[in-house]
Amino acid sequence: MGPLQFFESLPILFGPVWPLVWTLLKILGIILPLLLCVAYLTFWERKVIGWMQVRIGPNRVGPWGLLQPIADGLKLVLKEIIVPTKASKGLYFVGPAMAFATALAAWAVVPFSEGYVLANVNAGVLYLLAMTSIGIYGVIISGWASNSKYSFYGAMRSAAQMVSYEIAMGFALVCVLMVSASLNLTDIVHGQAKGRFADMGLGLLSWNWLPLLPMFLVYLISGIAETNRAPFDVVEGESEIVAGHMVEYSGMAFAMFFLGEYSNMILVSVMTSIFFLGGWLSPVGFLPDSFVWLAGKACFILFLFLWFRATFPRYRYDQIMRLGWKVFVPLCMVWLLFIGVWMMSPLNIWK
Amino acid sequence: MGALTAFFKSLFLKELFQGLAVTGRHLFVRKITVQFPEEKTPQSNRFRGLHALRRYPNGEERCIACKLCEAVCPAMAIIIESAEREDATRRTTRYDIDLTKCIYCGFCEEACPVDAIVMTRIFEYHGEKRGDLYYTKQMLLAVGDRNEVQIAKDREQDAPYR
Repeated sequence: MGPLQFFESLPILFGPVWPLVWTLLKILGIILPLLLCVAYLTFWERKVIGWMQVRIGPNRVGPWGLLQPIADGLKLVLKEIIVPTKASKGLYFVGPAMAFATALAAWAVVPFSEGYVLANVNAGVLYLLAMTSIGIYGVIISGWASNSKYSFYGAMRSAAQMVSYEIAMGFALVCVLMVSASLNLTDIVHGQAKGRFADMGLGLLSWNWLPLLPMFLVYLISGIAETNRAPFDVVEGESEIVAGHMVEYSGMAFAMFFLGEYSNMILVSVMTSIFFLGGWLSPVGFLPDSFVWLAGKACFILFLFLWFRATFPRYRYDQIMRLGWKVFVPLCMVWLLFIGVWMMSPLNIWK
Repeated sequence: MGALTAFFKSLFLKELFQGLAVTGRHLFVRKITVQFPEEKTPQSNRFRGLHALRRYPNGEERCIACKLCEAVCPAMAIIIESAEREDATRRTTRYDIDLTKCIYCGFCEEACPVDAIVMTRIFEYHGEKRGDLYYTKQMLLAVGDRNEVQIAKDREQDAPYR
């Protein structure tokens, strides 16, 4: 029996439970590569930041240090998980699980290429926003359950920051929704394949980033703030509250937050690529559309994340709030109005 | 006018882009990391590392137990006890340096009238227990005996400047 026949016989073998098994296989097919990406993103981050600081970064474990994330993971698995005496036992473990689970669940609606999506739902954008919002609960619960004032401060800061930036993020997305007239992520990408420049073979210029440039920047910066990355990482500001909501966690429980944070980073960069950079669409007419483009664009955005971390000092907390509420929200409203007027005028390019 | 330019500067993220340009340039700069066990930075002949007690070429120990080093030591890391030897010279019966107290200032070496206590280039040494870093006279003399060639060369190189 050849391998092809083996795969063809699988649906018959499993019978009525085959759709369930098939979905589980697809989930594994997303999550396993994702976790590998997360592991190597931590390595890549340390390398890039090292290079920018004129160092060479980790290079001891394996050839060029490539086994470093494996060694880190092994260390975290082997470490003891310490539960503070006065912690709320159940919630203490629900917190990291929630932060990690929601970060993975959000990937269900992400289209990787034409038709390659686990759940092609029409309310994909709403589902994404909902999932990232639930992620905040993981942070708050763990901060509260640790029964430590630093954890609690960190959780409060994180909650306030994420709620504030979700508004700006939502407004930026409203502009995208207006021009693509759909909440379905696949349709949003398809919407960017049309236009005068795309017909000329320069798809690059008909993607959303150009007409929605301010919204692109707002979304990118809000995305950084959403994932609590530098320069918006006051949640874990070493100088004031040590590691924020993560301060009491060790071993694998800590690793859960870490995995969650990094898979959220990857999610935000993939989302930015889908909403503003045309997803899997090819930038020029003579090259075919493929998953490679999406991966390349996401890698570029991830590199920006690391570049920002290596460059900017941490914001003061009131400055973060000012940026979110007094700069981004008004900017979004003005641009929303502008896009609305543009769409109603004869110059509308999104017909 | 100033307020207006400041507004546009912040709106277009001018200074943030300047900062990104700096780190972006450094991404490609040649890296200056010295990968320690394999590569080492050059050492001065005045390097202040592990201490040693020296001897004269005839094997007689240099130290005359004047206790100037003990007096000058700011960390009080040196303990000396002395007694008269059979040949009626004053010698140390005890010369201990607690390396966990020592701050490696080099004052002991400066104070010594006979160049007996010196600091060598050795810096890769360790103790596995706290007591391992309490060096006695015998240990210090042994360090001196092992490294006499290098110690003498370093003193000679530095002589014109003192």
